[in-house]
Amino acid sequence: MSLDLPGFSDAVLDAQSCFRAVLSAMSCPGTIQAAGVGLTPPAPLAPAMAAVLLTLTDVDTSLHLAKEAEPARDWLAFHAGTPFAASAAEADFCVAFALPDLAPLKTGSDDAPEAGTTVILDVAALGIGSAWRISGPGLAAPATLRVTGLPHDFAAIWAANHALYPRGVDLILCVGETLAALPRSLTVEEI
Amino acid sequence: MTGYNFAYLDEQTKRMIRRALLKAVAIPGHQVPFGSREMPLPYGWGTGGIQVTAAVLGPNDTLKVIDQGADDTTNAVSIRRFFARTAGVATTTRTAEATIIQTRHRIPEQKLHENQIIVYQVPQPEPLSRLESSRIETTRMHGLAEYGLMHVKLYEDITRFGHVSLSYDYPVMVNDRYLMAPSPIPAFDNPKMDMMPALQLFGAGREKRIYAIPPYTKVVSLDFDDHPFRTTRAPHACGLCGATDSYLDEVVTDDRGGRLFVCSDTDHCETHRDVGHVGSEGVAA
Repeated sequence: MSLDLPGFSDAVLDAQSCFRAVLSAMSCPGTIQAAGVGLTPPAPLAPAMAAVLLTLTDVDTSLHLAKEAEPARDWLAFHAGTPFAASAAEADFCVAFALPDLAPLKTGSDDAPEAGTTVILDVAALGIGSAWRISGPGLAAPATLRVTGLPHDFAAIWAANHALYPRGVDLILCVGETLAALPRSLTVEEI
Repeated sequence: MTGYNFAYLDEQTKRMIRRALLKAVAIPGHQVPFGSREMPLPYGWGTGGIQVTAAVLGPNDTLKVIDQGADDTTNAVSIRRFFARTAGVATTTRTAEATIIQTRHRIPEQKLHENQIIVYQVPQPEPLSRLESSRIETTRMHGLAEYGLMHVKLYEDITRFGHVSLSYDYPVMVNDRYLMAPSPIPAFDNPKMDMMPALQLFGAGREKRIYAIPPYTKVVSLDFDDHPFRTTRAPHACGLCGATDSYLDEVVTDDRGGRLFVCSDTDHCETHRDVGHVGSEGVAA
């Protein structure tokens, strides 16, 4: 029963430090930040992913869980208090364990692109694995992003998302107690 | 301080501001609406900047607050004390030592670095507000990236005055997409925004908007090929430290036409004097 497990040991300062990790990750795409250190969330949530959810979701957001994350639903409902969306297409935040089809997700409108969904994706590894060249705001020069767990045609999938700019979805990649982020403003190319 | 949450704001408000900040960073220059709260100081005194700082600030941060470049003016002193009391954070007047710099109407002269965040207090986040009063219309114009109106305004300035008659809050294009109000910083500071290594966050409390520029993002001041953007500064050296590269304030010193030009950035001036520079009106240390 996932409800036995605690949330943040300090709801205020742990959320603040996790937010700063996500803010740094979003501002400097491709950098790997520590988040959720010491958190003991129910499987299959990794500490970083759980910390992001506790930091950003609440009664004002809607969250969609991939099937794999069902065992953590009670824990999230209790600690974050966030309503769950019936489908990914209605959610502000999507928790996924494999990159979902981005097409049906909310991308906002031309006037309000900020309504685009944030996808929080569990990956196998950050910093090792397949490599992509990323460039855009936040990067002084193009950088290399290495991830294990993204589909091999990720560059094409992301190009379709980036083509909608300023609409689009943003991606937070989590593994263990680390995370990285890909804002929609980013260009991703195969190397 | 007891009786208040860390950094004054409640956690649900911080989460709302944090979500807005992340979307603002993902869409550089786009104004994200947020539920601005009533703060214990009036609108126009930096309520937007304070809310952004409160949502970002942590116990390990060192906060610097400036008002028109100065650390020792009423607004700067009040805000610095507010966070020293409600968050217990360390404060500094040294630009180099700060991790978060909240500013009203200036960017420090010293180049900011990657581990710093600068938070601007913004009175009017909508760069088109004086040309089109309807928020619905300007939102549509941003959606369509339709900024001809601003170019016409600059063109009309040039035909009437021979130059663009904006000396502060000079509009910029961010990441080649959004027209953005840089807040009322002097046009002198505009070039510092371009490819700045620090993260730039903007909060407008009364107008309820948050926007951002990530590090290393292209920020271009609007101009024309035959009328390129130019910065201006008073043609003097600082009277106290002798600096010739800093933005100057003109201080009236008597009723017989006496004038003193001094660095607007007090930390820059002090640092310059500490290493031995003395201006024409200064006293050697």
